[in-house]
Amino acid sequence: MASLDMNAEGGPKFVGDPLKIPAIECGAMMDTNTFAAAPEHNEPLGFPGELLDNWQEVAIAKMGELAANNRAFKVYLDTCVKCGACTDKCHYFLGTGDPKNMPVARQDLLRSVYRRYYTFAGKYFPWLVGARDLTKDVLDEWYTYYHQCSQCRRCAVACPYGIDTAEISMAAREILDSVGVGQKYCNEIIAKLKKTGNNLGLNPKALAATLEDLEEDLEDETGIAVKIPLDVKGADILLITPSADFFAEPHIDGLLGYAKVFHSAGVSWTISSYASEAANFGMFIGSYENMREVSWRIRQAAKDLGVKRIVFGECGHAWRVAYSFLNTLAGPFDFLDQNYPIPQHILEFTLDEIESGNLKIDKSRNDEFVMTYHDSCNVARGSAMGRKEGGQFDVPRAVIKAVCNNFYDMERDTIRENTFCCGGGGGLLTDDLMDLRIKGAKPRMTALQQVSEDHGVTHMAAICAICKTQFSKVMPKFGYEMDNVMSVHQLVANAVILDGQETEAETATAEETP
Amino acid sequence: MAYDVNGTTVEHDEEGYITNLSDWSKELADVIADAEEIEMGEEHWAVVNFLRDYYEEYQIAPAVRVLIKSIKKSMGPEVGNNKYMYELFPYGPAKQACKIAGLPKPTGCV
Ligand code: SF4
Ligand code: SF4
Ligand code: SF4
Repeated sequence: MASLDMNAEGGPKFVGDPLKIPAIECGAMMDTNTFAAAPEHNEPLGFPGELLDNWQEVAIAKMGELAANNRAFKVYLDTCVKCGACTDKCHYFLGTGDPKNMPVARQDLLRSVYRRYYTFAGKYFPWLVGARDLTKDVLDEWYTYYHQCSQCRRCAVACPYGIDTAEISMAAREILDSVGVGQKYCNEIIAKLKKTGNNLGLNPKALAATLEDLEEDLEDETGIAVKIPLDVKGADILLITPSADFFAEPHIDGLLGYAKVFHSAGVSWTISSYASEAANFGMFIGSYENMREVSWRIRQAAKDLGVKRIVFGECGHAWRVAYSFLNTLAGPFDFLDQNYPIPQHILEFTLDEIESGNLKIDKSRNDEFVMTYHDSCNVARGSAMGRKEGGQFDVPRAVIKAVCNNFYDMERDTIRENTFCCGGGGGLLTDDLMDLRIKGAKPRMTALQQVSEDHGVTHMAAICAICKTQFSKVMPKFGYEMDNVMSVHQLVANAVILDGQETEAETATAEETP
Repeated sequence: MAYDVNGTTVEHDEEGYITNLSDWSKELADVIADAEEIEMGEEHWAVVNFLRDYYEEYQIAPAVRVLIKSIKKSMGPEVGNNKYMYELFPYGPAKQACKIAGLPKPTGCV
């Protein structure tokens, strides 16, 4: 149970308002910079190793190229009417009070330069339209504030024109990369994936050993030999899941949940050591080429293993990439079974199994938890799920409610399409940004504190590797324990009873009857 | 950016992970631990030694769960549990213990 001691001393507790607008603090986050990538992180991605001598020229040209090729980007830069609807929608603004973290201000960092070089007024009367030259200070400012955006798109939902700061942020990072100013966290990881097939750098031998170890745990727990197959040719389903599911807590518990569901469903499935990663950090840096290369591995693995279906595990932005772009990036998938969604989300799979009565479930096994659910922003605002509209919100909740007795949602304006980011998305899940991560998590944490106060909620479930890691790190700062964040399939794993599995209750009765 | 081990310098990155894995020594581990404000006891060493053995075999750090299971076997359940690991290494058994053990930082969504 969470130790909610932030207001100690008994008595009625006062929990803040997650949407509260902070006092403005100019420059509060101007010195918060994420580590820059070294040449060995930039070069494997096709970027210059370090800042180019003619960076200004290259950056301006790149911006023009993006505006010419990406219609949405150009429209976003051209249409903002400064209505202000987005200003208080960003969790980083709410958490830091830095006005440059207001979405419109974040856009203007780039828009002002775009105006200067690509609009008539900006070329001739820059002072009239707030246009400015691209100087090194401006470039540095881009680096700072475009790495304080998790590309969660909460602001885009509020904008009457649908201006998406995430797109601008991605473009800014792409421009930065093109002149040799990369971010260490993202670029090091993409380089690693190209070498080993996953963000962690887990090689096939280590992956096999880890999975064997987990099979052992499953058998110890259930008495049943549940398999977590690796590189099995001819399996029906290829599971693509974030490599954090092989490594971190509570992610691993989610993986055990998928294994139990597949086992109970009686399907043949496999993980691939070649495409052992669902995450696609190519999106965070706005690099189509890198995004494509990462996606292509999935296609290759599916072909090599001869599978019929692809199912994605719990990962937020991976599902966005998979749902929205996989076909464009790595299609056509005409070699897969067309009777199933391509790709399918593990939650869709699990819900189907639950609804068709194929899973034996004992909900009371989750009675120690009072749950709420964090909508991962990339799933909420960048994808869909299931057969009905709003499925990306309802499918996860339906699964949770099918395996837990106690569930309460957080405040309406902080969930579903209005969900707050965990504070660590979009390539910001790095220790050098911990201060930003804690501040950015505050709106979500405040909403959680509210339901803890009102309904006794103890735990929050999530379906994104980044969200889970972020919460397990920041929740202790808000009066919770690190294990108060759970995988949705961890709850499933707790409640599912496998065929032939002896439960404690049965063992107890068996012992009583002579 | 470097550690000083009895007069020899050992390069490390911005976060304190050594650049050259072969530079590691027990003395260096003590120096890194010192910088992390950790006093190395028998239990810390059990973790560091396991990490190094595992790394030698698999070229990567083990999942926290695998680490804990092994420590539980060798040192009992009072030491081999998640909570206690964070008491030993407040910044996490994966990242902080890896740093002291001279292994690369686990990267990704972890
Ligand atoms: S996309 Fe998210 S993080 Fe970025 S400015 Fe908008 S609300 Fe903030
Ligand atoms: S809501 Fe849209 S139009 Fe209004 S200020 Fe923000 S980005 Fe501009
Ligand atoms: S980590 Fe989760 S909340 Fe954050 S960007 Fe990914 S999906 Fe969105």
